[in-house]
Amino acid sequence: MQYKSQAVAKPYFIAAIALFVAQILFGLIMGLQYVWGDFLFPHIPFNVARMVHTNALIVWLLMGFMGAAYYLIPEESETELHSPGLAIALFWIFLVAAGLTVVGYLTVPYATLAKMTGNDLLPTMGREFLEQPLITKLGIVVVALAFLFNITMTVLKGRKTAINTVLLIGLWGLAIMFLFSFYNPHNVVRDKFYWWWVVHLWVEGVWELILGAILAFVLIKVTGVDREVIEKWLYVIITLTLITGILGTGHHYYWIGTPESWQLIGSIFSGLEPIPFFAMTLFAFNMVNRRRREHPNKAATLWALGTGVMAFLGAGVWGFLHTLAPVNYYTHGTQITAAHGHMAFYGAYVMANLTIISYAMPLMRGRAANSNKAQVAEMWGFWLMTIAIVFITLFLTAAGILQVWLQRVSDSPVPFMVAQDNIALFYWMREWSGVAFLVGLLVYIWSFFIPGEEKAA
Amino acid sequence: MSEAFTTSTARNIFYGGTMFFLLVFLALTYQTEQVIPQRDKREMLSDPNVVAGKKLWETNNCIGCHSLLGEGAYFAPELGNVVARLGSQEAVMAFIQSRPAEGVPGRRSMPQFNFTEQQLKEIAAFLNYVGQIDTAKWPPNIQG
Repeated sequence: MQYKSQAVAKPYFIAAIALFVAQILFGLIMGLQYVWGDFLFPHIPFNVARMVHTNALIVWLLMGFMGAAYYLIPEESETELHSPGLAIALFWIFLVAAGLTVVGYLTVPYATLAKMTGNDLLPTMGREFLEQPLITKLGIVVVALAFLFNITMTVLKGRKTAINTVLLIGLWGLAIMFLFSFYNPHNVVRDKFYWWWVVHLWVEGVWELILGAILAFVLIKVTGVDREVIEKWLYVIITLTLITGILGTGHHYYWIGTPESWQLIGSIFSGLEPIPFFAMTLFAFNMVNRRRREHPNKAATLWALGTGVMAFLGAGVWGFLHTLAPVNYYTHGTQITAAHGHMAFYGAYVMANLTIISYAMPLMRGRAANSNKAQVAEMWGFWLMTIAIVFITLFLTAAGILQVWLQRVSDSPVPFMVAQDNIALFYWMREWSGVAFLVGLLVYIWSFFIPGEEKAA
Repeated sequence: MSEAFTTSTARNIFYGGTMFFLLVFLALTYQTEQVIPQRDKREMLSDPNVVAGKKLWETNNCIGCHSLLGEGAYFAPELGNVVARLGSQEAVMAFIQSRPAEGVPGRRSMPQFNFTEQQLKEIAAFLNYVGQIDTAKWPPNIQG
């Protein structure tokens, strides 16, 4: 660790991992409810478990992104963080707000929560992934602006590199697109149209800039390859991302009342979206092959390579699987979407966060890398979680194909719940894969408690 | 990558390419706003029940289990075409009202929301409105 203020990243990373555990536990509850319909009913109905599952994911990924920014921006800018105190204060505000929101989800009926938190003033709640109460949404905006102020000031007073510039563009884009979560017209078509400006332009747009910047930073550090080479790759990747991803938004505009011209535009551009992910895979492997040093942190290198591969499979391949309009006509709103969502989020954003955590945590704890024993445990966590998510995705894909066939394609299509009963076997297998994922996560966490060797950082 | 292709070339292509496609996207958004009035049945929003129904839909987090025009959760049936599937708005109201508070042993069941008669009307009016939107013939059949 070259700058003292980089240490503010540590609580962010710890909280991110804690929320990751909550996300997985609620995922297991939901998975069980798929096959054991009245599990925890009516105390934790499916919709509540799902809110906790998806919102915990979003919040912990944001925690991780913020931690990553606080860690890498001082080092890239070659100067101390503008205000470490502000960073710590924002951490507690964000954590407490997230905690209170989850308590709200779990303890009061959602309609009551909406009433209590001022949803009548400006109705924004009850839309997928944007379920947070108005006050939480406003809190997110305040924290995001103060965070951006802090890191932008740091970059402005220090060295400007491609990595910190791209990271800043990504984070500013993230905050700006979130503002569309306050726009909720009565017209369902327009509501859905602009809702995607948050959701799609986050995960298939600006978040990929953040991902690229994090990956580039870690690759420079662990491979020692020239910055010039890595930064050129970074620009090529994010160019491909945005020229495919912006118009790729059209793949959400096939069946929601928007003009049918989107079927052609969305199919063409989202069909090209795997290309930047493939470039990212090539990038990671190329840089590691051309490495000029053997960094002692093998686990971080593994996570970086894993991100390249799994983001391509989950976001690229599984996205392409159902992105063309004639295919999507049959698969839209089925378990195929769920299959893609699980591997894409894990492969791209979970793994990117775990890459920077894996690289930065040992340094913040005063060593270049963890002990061999700790790294082996971490790698067990990597493989268990990664293989488990592959199986979750395969079982959900199988469930999705059968669902499409039973409910939409066969000569005598059956009702939704009949189809669900028929594919329950695959939901059971998905649930057991989820248990394996939890085991992997616990092994991963255990690796932090294995003593490290006292090598100087 | 070759020497002629420098980092600053790559950066310029990034800014230029992004700006270009952003402008195309905004132009397509403008065009969409011009065309959708013929498809989105906005005239039905003059019925206050439809507007109130949308708010009930949101404040009870219906999207947490159901999909609406294919978006949402996949735990419970698609509701964009539910009025057509159950036959009438009254049938939708009766279904929502009939859910047992303690659920159905071993099975998925919709919670009992204790809606008033007026609220049931509003939800049904909202779902009826969504069912009229021109969705390019999606879903493939009545099962959603």
